[in-house]
Amino acid sequence: MISPGDRLSPPLPRRRFVEVLLGGGFLATVVAFVYPVLQYLIPPKEADLGSDSVVAGRTGELKPNSGKIFRFGNRPGILIRTSSGEYRAMSAICTHLSCTVQYRDDMQHVWCACHNGHYDLNGKNIAGPPPRPLELFEAQVRGDEIFVRRRRET
Amino acid sequence: MSRLRNVRNWLDERFGWEDLIAPLRKKTVPLHRLSYWYFLGGITLFLFVVQVLTGILLLLYYRPGANEAFESVQYIMTQVRFGWLIRSIHSWSANLMIFTAFAHMFSVLFLKAYRKPRELTWVSGVILLFLVMGFGFSGYLLPWNTLAFFATKVGTEITGQVPIIGKPLMIFLRGGEDVTGATLTRFFGFHVAVLPGLATALILVHLLLVQRLGISVPPKLEVEWTANPSAKREMKFFPNFMLREMMAWYVALGVLGLLAAVFPWNLGVKADPFVSAPAGIKPEWYFLFMFQTLKLIPPKLWFIDGEVLGVLAFGAIALLWLLLPFLESNNTSRTKRWITGAAVFALAYMAGMTIYGHFAQ
Repeated sequence: MISPGDRLSPPLPRRRFVEVLLGGGFLATVVAFVYPVLQYLIPPKEADLGSDSVVAGRTGELKPNSGKIFRFGNRPGILIRTSSGEYRAMSAICTHLSCTVQYRDDMQHVWCACHNGHYDLNGKNIAGPPPRPLELFEAQVRGDEIFVRRRRET
Repeated sequence: MSRLRNVRNWLDERFGWEDLIAPLRKKTVPLHRLSYWYFLGGITLFLFVVQVLTGILLLLYYRPGANEAFESVQYIMTQVRFGWLIRSIHSWSANLMIFTAFAHMFSVLFLKAYRKPRELTWVSGVILLFLVMGFGFSGYLLPWNTLAFFATKVGTEITGQVPIIGKPLMIFLRGGEDVTGATLTRFFGFHVAVLPGLATALILVHLLLVQRLGISVPPKLEVEWTANPSAKREMKFFPNFMLREMMAWYVALGVLGLLAAVFPWNLGVKADPFVSAPAGIKPEWYFLFMFQTLKLIPPKLWFIDGEVLGVLAFGAIALLWLLLPFLESNNTSRTKRWITGAAVFALAYMAGMTIYGHFAQ
């Protein structure tokens, strides 16, 4: 009787073969179960908005020199009416640490409350910590609706 | 290998590792033609571990609440990569675990493993079986689909039939008069916090008892082996039987993966309290024998409601089942047989009623 602890001498190649087969099979099983789990842990990309264009507001909703936040897909955007009555739209996510920005009528530009970041009406970062400008969108008035869409890359 | 030994020595110096392992090294498993039945408890434990792991994974995306639960399960099954597989494995493993737990219980009955000194092992095991059914019942509601909704309505209504304590118990379970989002929140709490805590504690007690008491040998064989000690055959638990057990787990994992991949679990239709129950609605198979029995009892027996009688009878049987080892007196041949008879009858009754219930209108 051979107990499992004993080594056969001389070692048989057949035994080695079985070991490799068993070990390989076991390893393959582990991979087959670990791979789906790892994939499962990665959250799926949230569905972005269907089109690249949304209605951000209506004319008459905004007084000159004011702004409002609107939904651009699942992200906030900011729609601004300048003192001269022009509409501007840009991403409302501060490029510093992702707080949502707001329009300051006293400064007449965009401001982030979290770390005192400032942007001008073209989204350019002009003061404070923000490293990059805000993404500027196209705002168009059609009828009494203000459409906002992403700029096409040229 | 020597590095591994170093780690072990390091741990041993600080932890007394060897002392902890020692009982496992001494432990043996009797070898005879019925030894295969010894695997069932281990497989049930393995499936429980699978449930804990897949359950934790499902928690990453699942949201309890009447407005979100169904959608979040749908999200898991359609958007999350391999989400359908994880959910499918959780559902299949639950069903297999209930099956192996029942099979384990009946094998213990027929091999007479519940006898002195293992009465408490039996008691902890039966309570574990009840907990497992509680897991099944509470987990079934969580996807918030039509079948789950009505199953919970009926199940909690049956609880409400119990005299005196029934109604308050039903309201406690439902979190109000009706099955609503409040019920879902409660069942979620039972399913992921209360029951796992209780089950884990009881499993530890159960395993500790098995360790202390050793593995039982069927009575006939025990008599033989005591008369003739040279006929006794056994295997070391660690690592020999352990390796066999792991092979059994490997097979179980294979079966589980196959079932989950080939027959993914359905989600059904979202629950709506203002929609009629679908025709042919039935509980899960492990509740079917009770369901069918309750259907067969006439509405009035003497002066008691049939339903109430049925519920009380099941409660009484559950209690007797729990205390079974204490009902067998020590040494008369008459009482030796009746428990086997009761076990055979119970098995036949459950199997028969389940099949009948499956095919009945």
